Amino acid sequence: MLRIFEFLYKLRAFLLFVLLEIIAIWMVVRNNSPQGAAFFNSSMAISGSLLKTQSDITGFFSLSEENDELSAQNARLLKELIGQNSMDSVSYAPLDSSFKASFEIIGGKIVGQTLRLAQNHITINRGADDGVTEGMGIFTQNGAVGRVKEVSKNFSVGISLLNTGLLVSSKIKSSDVFGSINWDGKDTQVAKMLYVPRHVTPSPGDTVITSGYNAVFPEGILIGTIKSVNPSENQNYLDISVQLSADFSKLNYVYLVRNTSIEERDSLYQQAEISDEY
Amino acid sequence: MNIRNLFSTIIWGMLLLVIQIFFLKNLALFGVALCFIYLLLILHLPVNISTISLLVISFLVGLTVDMFYDTGGIHAVGTTFIGFFRPIWLRIISPTGGYDEGTSPTLQEMGTGWYLTYIVPMTFLFSLLFFTVDQWGTMGVFNILNKSFFSSILTVLLAILVQALFYKRRRSIL
Repeated sequence: MLRIFEFLYKLRAFLLFVLLEIIAIWMVVRNNSPQGAAFFNSSMAISGSLLKTQSDITGFFSLSEENDELSAQNARLLKELIGQNSMDSVSYAPLDSSFKASFEIIGGKIVGQTLRLAQNHITINRGADDGVTEGMGIFTQNGAVGRVKEVSKNFSVGISLLNTGLLVSSKIKSSDVFGSINWDGKDTQVAKMLYVPRHVTPSPGDTVITSGYNAVFPEGILIGTIKSVNPSENQNYLDISVQLSADFSKLNYVYLVRNTSIEERDSLYQQAEISDEY
Repeated sequence: MNIRNLFSTIIWGMLLLVIQIFFLKNLALFGVALCFIYLLLILHLPVNISTISLLVISFLVGLTVDMFYDTGGIHAVGTTFIGFFRPIWLRIISPTGGYDEGTSPTLQEMGTGWYLTYIVPMTFLFSLLFFTVDQWGTMGVFNILNKSFFSSILTVLLAILVQALFYKRRRSIL
């Protein structure tokens, strides 16, 4: 018995090494599974506030650019508003309640982000106190950015669109063909559109938007434009590259959106035993 | 290690972590070469440190970086391996006559040739492990090797640059 203990004592460094590696790998696996929660991430109080200080300093230099984008967006919204008012006087048909999907939108600022890995994440300075919940969509006026994964009191961490694990339900605007946007981990400007059948003939330059089939994003949020269409190795689908419209290296202010009917939809899916893609 | 050395090691380590987290996080030369300068914190600990404390320090350093990178534990997997492999590799490449008590394996103390044989395999192994875990199943072997190769080169270059600029020459006192 004593010999066994002596033997184990001699091996203690190796055993500790194995133990620590197992802990680390287990944390990686948990972090990458859709239901898993990371133990240490940038939404924690210390790391969150440190990252916020950094972004406060660096954000200062891109203020004029942000202002330009905001005023452009204001102009566009104003135009839409005027259009709505004039529509009122001509004809007005109340929408059926089945078309109604109400969305809550919260503004936020990106305080931390990774770009160079295969599984990229973003940290936002809004948390549970501001009404952020898991599963909210993240977008900017330029396009979809990701989905909230975890929420702490004052910060939240989202899975970036530049994450090989995230699928976003999308469609080609001109032909209404559905597919899934997934990043292949290579170029931070280009993603793949999966599951578009071969009989469709999309052409480069076509706009790709969110489909609204998933309950994360409302319909019609820009994702990008088709860059190239090739026949893929898979006999059934096309290999489509999409040029992303959001510039991930320059993200600063974002919007978080929640579909308030998501619970109803989720429970319906659960009853029907359908697993939803995001 | 006396108390003064301990303090300077801690401050140096904090500085490396700050640089890594705030400046090098999204830096990638030509889209393939990442820089892991914080590995110097582990690689430059004194030669005679016990394996147990080396492993614990490596694991904690990896976790700290993971927290800011949102990578779960990918850095920790790599740093723990480095912590385990370091004493073995040091024994293999030990110079004739062994190491002096309390030496750190740095460029100034050990000379360029020895230092390169020490740091190049270590950073390459770390990068290899890091990218393998990061891109698990999503990309080919060539991509992983490519990224590891250029990342370790960039890390070694920066490590040499940092030491040439900021490390005091202890040998010159003699």
